[in-house]
Amino acid sequence: MGKLLAVVLLVIAIGSAIPILMHTWWMPEDISSHGYMIDKQMSETMAESGIAFVAAQLVLAGFVAMFGDKKNGRKATHLPGGAKAVVIAAIALVGTEVLAPLPIQVQAEQFGFYFRYAGPDGKFGPLHPDKIDEGNQNFFGLDPANDVESRDDIIAASLVIPVNKPISLMMHAKDVGHSFYVRELRIQQDFVPGLDIPMHFTATKVGKYEIVCTQLCGLGHYNMRAYLEVKSQEDFDQWLKQQSQ
Amino acid sequence: MSDASAPVAHQHAAPTGLLRKYVFSLDHKMIGKQYYGLALVSVFLGMILSWLMRFHLVWTNAAIPGLRLLSKNGAPGGVMTPEYYLSLLTMHGTLMVFFVLTNAPFAGFGNYFLPIQIGAEDMAFPRFNMMSFWVTFVAFLVLIASFFIPDGPPISGWTAYAPLSAVGKDAGPGLAWGQNLWAISIGLFCVGQLLGSLNFIATTLDLRTKGMTLSRLPISTWAWFITSCIGLLAFAVLLPACVLLILDRVAGTSFFIPAGLVISDHLQPHSGGSPLLWQHLFWFFGHPEVYIAIVPAMGIVSHILMASMRKPLLSVKVVYGSMIAIGFLSYMVWGHHMFLSGMNPFSALVFSFPTLIITIPATIITMIWIGSIYGANLRFHTPALFSLGFVSVFVAGGVSGFFLAQPSLDIYLHGTYFVVGHFHMVMGVAAIFGILAGTYFWFPKMSGRMMNDTLGKIHFWLTFIGVYCIFMPFHFLGFAGNVRRYSTFVDDYLQPLLPLHKFISIAAFLTGAAQLIFLYNLIYSRFKGAPAPENPWEATSLEWSTTSPPPFDNFGGRHVVVKRGPNEYGVDGAHGDFIMQDSPEPEPAAGD
Repeated sequence: MGKLLAVVLLVIAIGSAIPILMHTWWMPEDISSHGYMIDKQMSETMAESGIAFVAAQLVLAGFVAMFGDKKNGRKATHLPGGAKAVVIAAIALVGTEVLAPLPIQVQAEQFGFYFRYAGPDGKFGPLHPDKIDEGNQNFFGLDPANDVESRDDIIAASLVIPVNKPISLMMHAKDVGHSFYVRELRIQQDFVPGLDIPMHFTATKVGKYEIVCTQLCGLGHYNMRAYLEVKSQEDFDQWLKQQSQ
Repeated sequence: MSDASAPVAHQHAAPTGLLRKYVFSLDHKMIGKQYYGLALVSVFLGMILSWLMRFHLVWTNAAIPGLRLLSKNGAPGGVMTPEYYLSLLTMHGTLMVFFVLTNAPFAGFGNYFLPIQIGAEDMAFPRFNMMSFWVTFVAFLVLIASFFIPDGPPISGWTAYAPLSAVGKDAGPGLAWGQNLWAISIGLFCVGQLLGSLNFIATTLDLRTKGMTLSRLPISTWAWFITSCIGLLAFAVLLPACVLLILDRVAGTSFFIPAGLVISDHLQPHSGGSPLLWQHLFWFFGHPEVYIAIVPAMGIVSHILMASMRKPLLSVKVVYGSMIAIGFLSYMVWGHHMFLSGMNPFSALVFSFPTLIITIPATIITMIWIGSIYGANLRFHTPALFSLGFVSVFVAGGVSGFFLAQPSLDIYLHGTYFVVGHFHMVMGVAAIFGILAGTYFWFPKMSGRMMNDTLGKIHFWLTFIGVYCIFMPFHFLGFAGNVRRYSTFVDDYLQPLLPLHKFISIAAFLTGAAQLIFLYNLIYSRFKGAPAPENPWEATSLEWSTTSPPPFDNFGGRHVVVKRGPNEYGVDGAHGDFIMQDSPEPEPAAGD
């Protein structure tokens, strides 16, 4: 029985390690200026934790195979070094492992994202929750009749940004908690009702990527998504011009 | 604090009526079995819910036969709606975390064996004990009732994040009365656990028999004692949190709801509250709760491993110290659930550090288990196999925690299946392995009959391989950024991951079906199993020096006197390589 358990443990250790080593299911390519640091830390953590996992399973397998009851009255012995060796090894093992942006507002709501750009005046108009009217496309609750700053604000359903330019995303929740997740950007941040949270990043690669919600927000949670479009500066300026017309 | 207290007169006579004996019993053994039974019902219910979810995830538009009968609105024609998926998700998590992982290893086995292991006749407060079970039972009924109200159970998950959970019906289906029932149920559950924890602490400190010093307590009793100290503080925070949530929902207060929220086109009549307050209160309970589930399992597994290895652990004192350190540190790490919540980024560093530190005592305990197997004479009976399996899955679940403890990596992994894989492995599967090991080990004592060892081994192999097939791929999905709590995968980048989901679902059906072998074994052995001797495992603690099952007063009027510690294995005893704690025989010439 001990040998069988050892073989199964061996298969589990190898079977778990192979997809990781082969990157069968892995993170997509990083397209942000900060993501390489996360990727590096992920690889280092994976190396350390992976080795710890495989080593623990292998030692467990070896010991259960070696120390089955032989019924020959063998005296039980202790690991040389005893608990002291184990405690020192555990501490050593774990101890070595322990180190003027473009402003855009994003509003999350059940069940979508809307993005707001300040427009030519560079200022966002104030929000009036009582003015929110989805039917008339007033998703943010703007009041252009009274607020001058709101008149040139641009609302979009996709997050369109220029490449290689620092972005400051002001995160605002309209109703309940949501989250903003773009795998390629290596970014995930909750929207918290009542708190406006700033988030900074720079995208380094042109392309179209998915933005998904990762905080349980209600029945349509699974379908809450939008697109991130990273454009060249010229394409972005062109797009912004079209939007403001 | 009397470690040599005089025998305590039994506070109540053996009951004769059916109602007093089996229902409103004051006997800790019956109450332990009631908790275990409630956990058993809950675990199969929770497992069926997970089957329904896994089915829906890969065959989204297929009808599930009979589901229509459970909920006409939630599954018209048997096809689950997205909101009903979230209802089942909420109920699965709530049932498993509260009614299984808290009830079975702590309240169930603890109630039955803690008094016997310390040589007492009952708990310190038998009436509190009865009350704690029945309050828990009412909590269970209130929770289950949400299945039968028109808009069904809540859809806010077992964490019930505000304001989704706090604003009422505007936020979605199940968030009117379903969420009320949830909050009432969990509030009641807290009351039951607080009574139970107080009782465990008083019993351990005051009712130990003559000679049972604190250092002679069996390791499982140590684990239950430490757990009750953790539980006393944790549930004392969740209870008021539930009360505040109920007030927000029914009394118009705004503890968790800020101003200016527009939900379903209604401007909400609240102002001044903070959603983060709920998260802080919930996780201040929620993280210690992980240890409320796992520390008793650690104790049970250590207890069984020693009897299986026929030698003591390298050092039980180091394990006690590590468990106490885990209990203490568990109160300083709750913020690691909130790295993305928008709290100050510097506080993420503050919470990350103790989270990394807490892996040290956990690693020490794990390495002591593995290191202790060196030089052992391992007996591979079913409880031993489940204990060894526990060590393996605990390592698997532990190393993934190392990723999530680092805020920069959690930013990528937090909302993905990696987290689902992590907590199912370390909290779900590991604790369940502890429960199963305990069941196979103590069933002979509880019922007077042995469980079938062959069926037990088949059950072990299928379960052990099965859980790795289910939960290891969850980590792979997480690396690929697969979002969790989605009822359907509509995003483009998730499409290539669907085959892996199908593999997981099939593994879940098969592994779940293997649990029926356990259920059959449990029921069959209860009535037809071979009669159990007093001490079938040749173990040393006091529960093995009384009859199987024990008499009403546990030791048949005998006043047990303890002569030595509980870990006398691998010695030259009169009856083999062990000496019972209350055996009058002289100390052996040389142990080890």
